[in-house]
Amino acid sequence: MKSLYNLLQRVKPHFQPGGKLSALGSVYEGFESFLFTPSTTAPRSGAVHIHDSHDSKRAMIIVVLALLPCFFFGMYNTGYQHWKAAGAVDFPFWELMAYGFLAVLPRVVLTYVVGLGIEFIAAQIKKEEIQEGFLVTGLLIPMICPIETPLWMLAVATAFAVIFAKEVFGGTGYNIFNVALVARAFLFFAYPAAMSGDKVFVSSGSVCGLGAGVDAVTCATPLGAVATGTPVSDLSAWDAFVGLIPGSFGETSVICILIGAAVLLLSGIGSWRIMLSAVIGTLAMGWIAHTFATDLYPGSMFTAVDHLLYGGLAFAIVFMATDPVTACHTPLGKLIYGFLIGVVAVLIRVYNNGYPEGAMLAVLLLNAFASLIDFCVVRANIARRRARLTSKK
Amino acid sequence: MAEKVKNSTVFFNPFSKNNPVVVQILGICSALSVTAKLEPAIVMGLSVIAVLAFSNVIISLIRNTIPTSIRIIVQLVVVAGLVIIVSELLKAYAYDVSLQLSVFIGLIITNCILMGRLEAFAMANRPWPSFLDGVGNGVGYTIILVIVAFFRELLGCGTILGFQVVPDCAYQAGYVNNGLMILPPMALIVVACIIWVHRSLNKDLQEK
Repeated sequence: MKSLYNLLQRVKPHFQPGGKLSALGSVYEGFESFLFTPSTTAPRSGAVHIHDSHDSKRAMIIVVLALLPCFFFGMYNTGYQHWKAAGAVDFPFWELMAYGFLAVLPRVVLTYVVGLGIEFIAAQIKKEEIQEGFLVTGLLIPMICPIETPLWMLAVATAFAVIFAKEVFGGTGYNIFNVALVARAFLFFAYPAAMSGDKVFVSSGSVCGLGAGVDAVTCATPLGAVATGTPVSDLSAWDAFVGLIPGSFGETSVICILIGAAVLLLSGIGSWRIMLSAVIGTLAMGWIAHTFATDLYPGSMFTAVDHLLYGGLAFAIVFMATDPVTACHTPLGKLIYGFLIGVVAVLIRVYNNGYPEGAMLAVLLLNAFASLIDFCVVRANIARRRARLTSKK
Repeated sequence: MAEKVKNSTVFFNPFSKNNPVVVQILGICSALSVTAKLEPAIVMGLSVIAVLAFSNVIISLIRNTIPTSIRIIVQLVVVAGLVIIVSELLKAYAYDVSLQLSVFIGLIITNCILMGRLEAFAMANRPWPSFLDGVGNGVGYTIILVIVAFFRELLGCGTILGFQVVPDCAYQAGYVNNGLMILPPMALIVVACIIWVHRSLNKDLQEK
């Protein structure tokens, strides 16, 4: 550690303004503050009165920790679905994990390399420090995509999302839309064949000698199956709760999502208002849709609770809707925002048979309305207080 | 117009420095809707050049006799007449393309570029400069349309003017056409990218 620190200090002059490598200054700065605590902190006695360790880097790390249960379960489920598709009867735990790990590893590495690469370049051009905002996004993108998404599509989608949803708006903290969801929406509209249907959700190849190498597994997600009118009968609600169902990599297990939600709520990073109101919105709209169920819309056969169990809605509510950058900021606005996400997600799922995945579109739509909701809430508050003031006179 | 502007400036300015699409941000609607393929984009561009040039000349010829209070109506009548002629010609000689362009030829009447040029230039200038101004702005518009349509057709369909340019071996290796390129939102992003590049090259156009 000491020698690494000395090395960093020795090369520091090259990266400072006027040095040979000053163009790469923000890269150096990013590495140094990533490895070591910066030597310049706010003075204890001075103008700054708040000494909190809670900077964005720590918030990001906690979100990553909250995502880990879903991530590990995704590894297990990837192996499990593969073994199941190959017709196996026993499921060796460590082999399943290793298979899932090897299947997802290139995806995670790829999104980080592409996303961080663009962030590094953008930071050099703008002469700013590198922001750590991609830490969560880079993990989220592989988790919300089918495991069989081709790597180059993932790379294109990541690049598109980072450039057009984040950097053009000014970088981390200025984006209007959730970057990971923009990447998924891009994939969904650009390459629909690779993102939906029944061939993409089960990993079929064998990796490093692991796995059986079944080819062209057809296994639809429960949502996709219902949307095409052929419900899968051998899956119980318990399977969906535990998460042993085909689906995008990290979003199948409701148990793991609940663990992540608990971590986010206890650390105060996720907003309970958004999560609670989104669940209420989903249940309310799901109940209405199920009460007036028709054969015309197969999605309406889902009960209200099923909407939370299947597909990515639960994951979207916990990890996407609560994104502090793109969500509402006022307490009442958060309630409205979450509720509408639930309602719109169920509306799209049930009444648009072409888009079984309504959660993604619902969160993106409400991202666009978030600041408008906040604006209205603040205005209503001002109007109420002004009315109180004038009535007293 | 009080000061005398050189004819060459009138003609070449709309190509880049004063481009109707990427600098004045006019005519975006049609730039989004007809650029999924290169062929309709070129035909659309040619139609706009023709209508713009001749309506500019006609309005310039009668500019001193038009009562100011009804000038917009007169301009619209002239443009509408020309658009109908273009539309009928396309139906007669290029029926397939006119089907693809459908309503957008008719909508040239409401294209902001036309009203803008008639109001800002033809009402105050002699016929020959007006003609050059019309052609210049039409070409400026067409350039952007062709660039947008080139990228959208190449990435969205793998073709240029209907000929396949992405080799079959690429498809076999797993390449898939980008379906989002065909959809209008992507046209907006491509236009935005062109504006981005254009502003980066022309520093004097950048807003403070």
